Amino acid sequence: MSKPKTLSQSPLQSWFTRHKDQCLVWLLRGLAAIAGAIILLILIFLIKESLPVLQEVGIKAFFQDRAWNPVEQSYNLVPMIWGTGLTMFGSVLLATPLGILSAIFCHYYAPQSIAIIYRRLIELLAGIPSVVYGFWGLVVLVPMINRLHPPGTSLLAGICILTLMILPTIALVADAAFAEIPQEYLLGAKAMGLSASGTIWHIVIPTAKSGLLIGVILETGRAIGETMAVLMVCGNVVQTPDSIFDPIRTLTANIALEMAYALGNHRSALFVSGLLLLMIIIVLAIATELIDQEV
Amino acid sequence: MTKSITNNSQSSIQDLQPLIQIQQLSLSYKNKPAFQDVTFSIPQNSITAIVGPSGCGKSSFLTCLNRLSDLIPNCQVSGHIQLGTVNLLSPKINTTALRRRIGMIFQKPNPFPMSIKKNIVFPLKEHGFANAQEREQIVEEVLTDVGLWSEVKNRLEDSAMSLSGGQKQRLCLARALALKPEILLMDEPCSALDPISSGIVEDLIVRLRHKYHYTIIIVTHNLAQAKRIADYAGLFWVEEGCGRLIEFGTATQFFNAPEHELTKAYIQGTKG
Amino acid sequence: MSRKASSKLINLDQLFKVVIWLIPLSITAIFIWILSDIVIGGIGQISWAFLTTNPLDAGRDGGIAPILVSTFLILAVCLVASVPISIGTAILLAEFTPNQNWFGRLVRRSLDVLAGVPSIVFGLFGNAFFAQTLGLGFSILSGGLTLACMVLPILIRSTEAGLRAVPQEYRLNSAALGISKTSTLWHLLLPAATPGLLVGLVLGLGRAIAETAALIFTSGYVDRMPTSLLDSGRSLSIHIFDLSMNVSGGDSNAYGSALILILILLIINAIAAWLGSKYNYLYD
Repeated sequence: MSKPKTLSQSPLQSWFTRHKDQCLVWLLRGLAAIAGAIILLILIFLIKESLPVLQEVGIKAFFQDRAWNPVEQSYNLVPMIWGTGLTMFGSVLLATPLGILSAIFCHYYAPQSIAIIYRRLIELLAGIPSVVYGFWGLVVLVPMINRLHPPGTSLLAGICILTLMILPTIALVADAAFAEIPQEYLLGAKAMGLSASGTIWHIVIPTAKSGLLIGVILETGRAIGETMAVLMVCGNVVQTPDSIFDPIRTLTANIALEMAYALGNHRSALFVSGLLLLMIIIVLAIATELIDQEV
Repeated sequence: MTKSITNNSQSSIQDLQPLIQIQQLSLSYKNKPAFQDVTFSIPQNSITAIVGPSGCGKSSFLTCLNRLSDLIPNCQVSGHIQLGTVNLLSPKINTTALRRRIGMIFQKPNPFPMSIKKNIVFPLKEHGFANAQEREQIVEEVLTDVGLWSEVKNRLEDSAMSLSGGQKQRLCLARALALKPEILLMDEPCSALDPISSGIVEDLIVRLRHKYHYTIIIVTHNLAQAKRIADYAGLFWVEEGCGRLIEFGTATQFFNAPEHELTKAYIQGTKG
Repeated sequence: MSRKASSKLINLDQLFKVVIWLIPLSITAIFIWILSDIVIGGIGQISWAFLTTNPLDAGRDGGIAPILVSTFLILAVCLVASVPISIGTAILLAEFTPNQNWFGRLVRRSLDVLAGVPSIVFGLFGNAFFAQTLGLGFSILSGGLTLACMVLPILIRSTEAGLRAVPQEYRLNSAALGISKTSTLWHLLLPAATPGLLVGLVLGLGRAIAETAALIFTSGYVDRMPTSLLDSGRSLSIHIFDLSMNVSGGDSNAYGSALILILILLIINAIAAWLGSKYNYLYD
């Protein structure tokens, strides 16, 4: 037999076994600390790169300057904020009902086999790269809108593409929320003689409310953060749009377009808009957390 | 009243040599007590059966003896368990060595998802059996002991998951025996098995005990089984929302002349 | 009157049913439209030569060989950097951290936020941190490391889910045999969690290969064959972007590249689905 059986702590062997687990835990804690620190690192670097221009011109300049013309020290971000806000608003407004209804279809209307295929399709839709959406929008959608009302690259094109891109998010989250509704609720509704649509309006949607709300927040985050697709179809003219057919530029597109050649305060100003985006995302994450805790 | 009975039953086994002395042992999950104030001694080289209805803390009790309770979240244990000269509940105890000395068999047979042979070899390696030949020898020895050798000797490299329920449980037993424990804890080892496999495992327990002089503590809700195999028996019962040891004594006394009303009722099947 | 009301209700119900069938039908139609457009536009471009030659005339002509190599290298850097950190973090969260533990909760929260960060912000960070502060410049290394930060939440979540799916009995049985946590993890839990881990890996790969915005100013634009990890390298997605936006007459090769990208993603998805189904049958 290999070694004596001892219950007390003294032998070297047992010291080692104990510390093997201990060392592993510290190693794992180190790795987890790296993973957890990345978001902090991102925040720190965005702030660090933003500071020069913030100290020089202040926050107000980004809202009150004459225009966005960083080469001439003019940093008005308002048109881009409009661009981001309008594309976000339009696409969330469209994608939310479409996504929720398509999840309802999956759960309550489609035969099992079709529901499974449709779910896979939604997942595939979620996996299409944004650059492919953008490319398709550029070669197919934009010319179509151009025929309707030139120039084609427009707020409308951005909203359409974004709707397609964020629809899987809300559809999948809604799908998961519906899956958690207890079966008894639906049977109860049936027993009361409620119609199918009545059950959905009065039982399903109210019960899944907080799940759906989280879905809306997630899709909002995606819509705000999307870069390539809107960059490719929106025309990127710095202006506050008068109509849905006007070209616009979003905050994200602005960064992607100008980072390549931006220097000094110009570069710093782009980091300010990145910081703004990050702040919005953090606020959305906190909102999700609050809703989650309430349930 | 409970107290006097516990004292009585203890006096009846006073003269025997105690291996494990349990004093005022209590266990709670998240401040909700599972059992409280359990005091009794387990004699050496005996089979002790702990019976009682489900949810009375029998299985939780068993996990204290090999400190598996450490692994259960929010689980707090207090009291004293004396084994030889050491207190098992002391934080200084090397649980690895302790668990080698005290083997455990669970209700649901759970071989690891590895080959039959590796199920036995893996713990051996972990405990420093460096000699491959010695390991092979132990594998054959313990598989023979549990009556599996002839059934599996030609497919030792097959996945242990391919065994039947009864075979799996015997493999788990072999895996525990390979480490040459002195004490075996069994948490309803037969209740997840069909009657035939259950009989085989039960016979094994008795035979191995005579061969290796194990001290076995078995938790069961199968009274007939307890009666067949046990030398000593104890009853756990829920009183005021918390498990307690109602009676403990020799099996003969416990089953033929129980002192407590609850024990009588439980044995006659009118309660529990 | 009540009959009238009820017949009106039935009509509403019917109408709702029509709408609810129309929506998935149109979504499916658009999906097929996008896919078929890419396939029809791209199929003519794809040939062995397209995959194995250098781009010519800013990409209007020639193939995508260096772009494929750069994409592959960026992904490799991304995985090499992210997999150890992810597995370590997932093990800590799933096996060594009680749910109430402050450190575990902090890490989880910060990963939740990280999962929502827009890719362009990752791009800014990667540019400031990897390219400038660490001095890696516009390089495959910068791009891969930036992507690694991005896929961490996906990898950690699925690895953690894989570990949590391993039955608790294994841990108890192992502990009852006096086996240390380290060995339990290495010989028992990690092998059992491997399918979950692979699904996460494949999903992370999918996300990484689809990425564009985080790479534009970290790995850069250069479409030459990279000779080291410190060279700038153009990923497939950036190639599509550049051809369609900045190169007039680049559409047909953009189509070809987009088709290749979609094909790679479909293969990745199929592998994930296959692994996922295999993993469901693992425990009886």
